[in-house]
Amino acid sequence: MQNFVKKMKWPDYLILALLVGFFGYIWYSIEGTLNYKWRWELIPGYIVGWHSGREEWFANLLLQGLAATVRISIYASILALILGTILGVARCSANLTVRMLARTYLECLRNIPPVVVVFIFFFFLSQQLIDALDLERWARGIARQEDIGVWEFFFGEMRRFPSLVSGVIVLALFESAFVGEIVRAGIQSIPRGQREAARSIGMSRVQELRYIVLPQAMKRVVPPLANQFITLIKDSSIISLISVQELTYKTVELVASSRMIFEAWITTAAFYFLVCFTLSRVFARLEKRGKAGER
Amino acid sequence: MTQSAPMIEVTNLDKFYGSFHALKDIDLTVHQGEKVVICGPSGSGKSTLIRCFNGLEWHNSGRLVIDGIEVYEGAKEIRDLRQEVGMVFQQFNLFPHLTVLENLTIGPMKVRKISQAQAEETARNYLERVHIPEQADKYPAQLSGGQQQRVAIARSLCMETRIMLFDEPTSALDPEMINEVLDVMVELADTGMTMVVVTHEMGFARKVADTMVFMEDGRIVEISPPEQFFTNPSSERCRLFLDQILEH
Repeated sequence: MQNFVKKMKWPDYLILALLVGFFGYIWYSIEGTLNYKWRWELIPGYIVGWHSGREEWFANLLLQGLAATVRISIYASILALILGTILGVARCSANLTVRMLARTYLECLRNIPPVVVVFIFFFFLSQQLIDALDLERWARGIARQEDIGVWEFFFGEMRRFPSLVSGVIVLALFESAFVGEIVRAGIQSIPRGQREAARSIGMSRVQELRYIVLPQAMKRVVPPLANQFITLIKDSSIISLISVQELTYKTVELVASSRMIFEAWITTAAFYFLVCFTLSRVFARLEKRGKAGER
Repeated sequence: MTQSAPMIEVTNLDKFYGSFHALKDIDLTVHQGEKVVICGPSGSGKSTLIRCFNGLEWHNSGRLVIDGIEVYEGAKEIRDLRQEVGMVFQQFNLFPHLTVLENLTIGPMKVRKISQAQAEETARNYLERVHIPEQADKYPAQLSGGQQQRVAIARSLCMETRIMLFDEPTSALDPEMINEVLDVMVELADTGMTMVVVTHEMGFARKVADTMVFMEDGRIVEISPPEQFFTNPSSERCRLFLDQILEH
C-alpha cells in the first residue's frame, strides 16, 4: 500500500480528484434534489432479526435470500456440470445427429437473451416437470412433518421447494451450454495420440473417453469452469423473474415494503461481490497450488 | 527360416487421403515370428501402412487379413484384433494422468476384465523385462524418454499381444537413450514375437530383421532378406537411400 502511494504521479491525483468530484456530485443530487433519507441503521435488522416472541435470532429477508442464492448456485452448478459434460461429449461425438443436436442447443442459448431463455425453460420445461412429478404435494407433505431441520438446511423453506427446483433446473440448463463448450474445448485439447494409444490397446470409444480423455480434459478445464460457476452465481439473479426467492427477489421485496432503495441494493451488491470475489480468490489460489503440484 | 502360418496378409491394398494416394497397391505377407523392418524416406507411407494393421487408419481397397481376421472399416472384430496387435508410437503416448503401473494395468483390467491383482502381477513382470521395475509408481512425466518408450512397449505386451507394431520408436529419443530401447526390442525379438518395425536404425535392422522392406512414394519398392538388402539391393532408389543413411 505504501509502495502504491509512492508510485502515484500527478495524473493519478487528477484522475482520483475527478472521480471524487463526480461521485460527490451524484451524492449531492441524491441528498439535495431527491431529498433522500438514508436509513442505514435499519439494514442489519433485515439481515438478522430478533424474534421477540420466541426470544431468538432469525435470518431475515436479505440473509434468507443470500442463503437461497448460495443453495441454488451449488445445486445448479452440480447439475450444469453433469449436463455440460454430456453436452461437451456430444459435441465431439462421431454421430452427426448427436453432434448437430448439441450444436443447435448451444447456438440457441448463445443467441437468445438469458431472460427470454429463463422464461421459456420455466413455462415449457420445469413447470411441466414439477406437475408431472407432483413435487408440490410431496414438498407440502415434508413441510407438515415435525422434524424438518435437515430438509430446511438443504432446501430452505419446504413450501417453496418446487420453486427452488425450477430455479435450479432453469439455471442449470442455461449454464450447461457454456459448460459444454468448455468441456468440448478440454476434450479437443487432448492430443490425438492419447486416443490412438487407448484404441490400440483395445478400448471402446466409451472406455477411451471415460478412462483416458475425460480425466485429462476435466483437469485442464478447471480454471474456466471455476469462472463459469462465478458467472452462474451472478446469473442466478435472473431467476428472481420466475419468483424464485433468492437474494435479488428478496431485495425487490424489501425495497417495495421499506422504500430503502439505495441501502438495500448496495447491501445486495456487496453480498454478491463478497461471494463471487471470495470464490475467485479461492479458485486462483487452488489453481496456483495445482500448477505447483504438477511440476 | 521355416515358413509358418501368415499373421499379416496384405493384397492389392490402396489408401487415399482425399485425392492423395497414400498407399499404392501394397502386397506383403508377414509370417508368425517373422521380423519385418520397413524403411524409406519420410512421407513414403510406412507409418500409414502399419497404422492400417491395427485399424488406426482404414484402407480404401484391397484386402488386409491379420491373424485370420479380415480388417475393414466398421469391422466388429476390430477391438479383438487390437488386443492381439500392440502398437508402439513415436511419441510414446503414455497416459500422463496415470502412474506407470496404472498405464500397464488399465488395458488388461478394463478391456480384458482381468482382476487388479493379476494385472499388476503381469505388469510388474513386464516392467522387469524392460528393465525398469523400480519406476512402477512414478508418473510418465518423471521418466526419461527412453524409459517412457520402454513403458510403452511393456504396456502393449501386457495385453498379451501376438503381433507388435513399432512406428519409429526411437525417432523422438535423445541419442544416448536409443540403445536402451533397441536392446529391449532385440530381447523381444528373441522371444519369437511377430514384429513389424518402421525405423531408420539400420544396425538394429541388420541384427533382427528377417525381411527388409523399402517404401517410397506409397509403394513397396523392395522386399528382400537383409543380407541382400544391405549389400546388393535391386532398386537404384533403395541403394541411394541406404548410402544416405549409412554414411553417417
